[in-house]
Amino acid sequence: MAFLELTGIQKRFGEVAAVQNFDLAAEAGEFVSFLGPSGCGKTTTLRMIAGFERPTSGKIVVKGVDITNRAPNQRNVGMVFQSYALFPNMTVADNVGFGLKVRKQPKDQIRKRVGELLELIHLPDKAGRYPWQLSGGQQQRVALARALAIEPQVLLLDEPLSALDAKIRVSLRNEIRAIQRQLGITTVYVTHDQEEALSLSDRIVVMSEGRIEQTGTPFEIYNFPSTGFVARFVGTLNVVSAKVLDPTAGTLETAGQPIRAAGPISGGHSGDSVTVALRPEIISLGAREGMNQLSGVVDDVTFLGSIVRVRIRFSDGSGAISFDTFNNPHLAVPDRGTAVTISFPPEACLVLDRAEIAAAAAPEDPDAA
Amino acid sequence: MGFPNPSIGGSAVQGALGPGEHGSAPARGAGRVRGRYLTRIAWWLVFIIGVLYFFIPLYGTLDFSLKSKPFLSAYTAILNDSQFVSTLTYSFVAGILTIIVSVLIIVPTAFWVRLKYPGLRPIIEFITLLPFVIPPIILVFGLDNTYGTQPLALTNSDNGLNVLLVAAYVILSFPYMYRAVDTGLRAIDIQSLTEASQSLGAGWIRILWQVILPNLRTSLLSGAFLTLAIVVGEFTIATFLSRPAFAPFLGLVGDERPYEQAALALVSFGITWVAMILIAIIGRNSRSRIRVTVG
Repeated sequence: MAFLELTGIQKRFGEVAAVQNFDLAAEAGEFVSFLGPSGCGKTTTLRMIAGFERPTSGKIVVKGVDITNRAPNQRNVGMVFQSYALFPNMTVADNVGFGLKVRKQPKDQIRKRVGELLELIHLPDKAGRYPWQLSGGQQQRVALARALAIEPQVLLLDEPLSALDAKIRVSLRNEIRAIQRQLGITTVYVTHDQEEALSLSDRIVVMSEGRIEQTGTPFEIYNFPSTGFVARFVGTLNVVSAKVLDPTAGTLETAGQPIRAAGPISGGHSGDSVTVALRPEIISLGAREGMNQLSGVVDDVTFLGSIVRVRIRFSDGSGAISFDTFNNPHLAVPDRGTAVTISFPPEACLVLDRAEIAAAAAPEDPDAA
Repeated sequence: MGFPNPSIGGSAVQGALGPGEHGSAPARGAGRVRGRYLTRIAWWLVFIIGVLYFFIPLYGTLDFSLKSKPFLSAYTAILNDSQFVSTLTYSFVAGILTIIVSVLIIVPTAFWVRLKYPGLRPIIEFITLLPFVIPPIILVFGLDNTYGTQPLALTNSDNGLNVLLVAAYVILSFPYMYRAVDTGLRAIDIQSLTEASQSLGAGWIRILWQVILPNLRTSLLSGAFLTLAIVVGEFTIATFLSRPAFAPFLGLVGDERPYEQAALALVSFGITWVAMILIAIIGRNSRSRIRVTVG
């Protein structure tokens, strides 16, 4: 039996189904992320685990105990909020010790535990400070220590890094992961930032419109997306139109040039129009033996620091493809207007089904959803 | 005709100019300085008018009270009057009880409404505004009729009347206390604070007592000030319930001894201010009851 189990969870707000058919089994010590755009139901699911929302149907079990109908203060589940939610009237030490005080632990034990946790979050000298005297990153670390102080069975983090600037976000997420590994605490992390989810998680649950789109390791989610939504939401994707030449052999034609998928195109017939998705980082510049090759003209070159993103446009006007190369000052980047050939392996071709084509074609800003 | 000179006319001209035609930097700077200067003068004017409005009646009262012969006799007379101390003490005790009961009623209500039933806020606001609409004379007659007969005949005993008086004052304080508390609740993220407390194992009483109330300190103090001031100066309800409160005593003195009434008003005014300052000091010094030291 898994440590944390969510079975058949549904949550409705009036007519609106916020979460539907949600099933998850997380092992002890596992770091699971809920990833999806705003409004996809990830925070609602987290709040149901915390007890702040009651599922319309379904069951939540922690360590074999059904906690579905337990009050939030009887679940022993620690939570870290996006807004930190530190108690403004209490010092850092008081905040961290609050849960232990509630549990009526002896004063010297509280003092010892608070000291340990402040060491853990590298703020041992801030015990007497008030939240408003700390930076955002420090406040979130205190919030983490406060949640960990009660030794919760499950740690829940609701977009804890969203309010922080980029550099602190990266350092704090590494710190969160290190602490989670050190303590071996089962953790559920909610984020709409795919990079955060990919870098932190043992497993990612990608959600859309209240449903699970795919559950898998970061490697699986990124490299083998099972739906168009996942392919589009996780990472950057080139979407090009293609025509099926031979579904059994997995051959297609795009921009008037033949390409090959890794295997047969299921449900496809010769002449069918399909959409093919390609990750930019898997495409390389130049013709390579045994790989798919497409020729076009360089349309744009964008410097992104360590990476240079090049966009080529096909001569028949059927579309464009972007790909990434490392920024190597000793290697020349093609100029705009240069005719080039790009290569990519057949496994890189993700042939999307018709329903996914519509979703993949619709431009969507994850933050705006 | 021609284009207006951007350097002339300062900020008034700038609004009419197209892109790239803004007034010169010195002219804009001078306009801003003049604007700030005028704003400052306006603020000082408002402040001075406010101070005059507040202090002229006080000065008039002081001047009148000092006309008694011999000099300061009005003050010595009221300070030697045993009723002065007893009525003022009575009103202060009633005021403090009113504040306690109001806080006990208003804080959980406002908290609960904000947290769980925000749609009820207009209704609660309307209810708390009723004391502005219903005059105290109506309120006291209503209380007398309701509680003058069995089964809750509170008007038959001193204790019963005291309870009625405090209850009436609690109602009178609703608009001030509710608004103060509601404003305080708006300033803090009560949902996150409540949920954080719950996830740490806290129940509702602890959340209210240790998390919400300490963060409403300033709001509660302002509500308490207003309540105390209202209770000490309230005349109608105390008179009709025959309570030995300060305001009826003030009225009684005024009927017979006008100089002493003026002195009494000033002394009580001073005492009320001292009481408010004391409440503020006590409120500022009270911290969370949880204290954890490390090391």
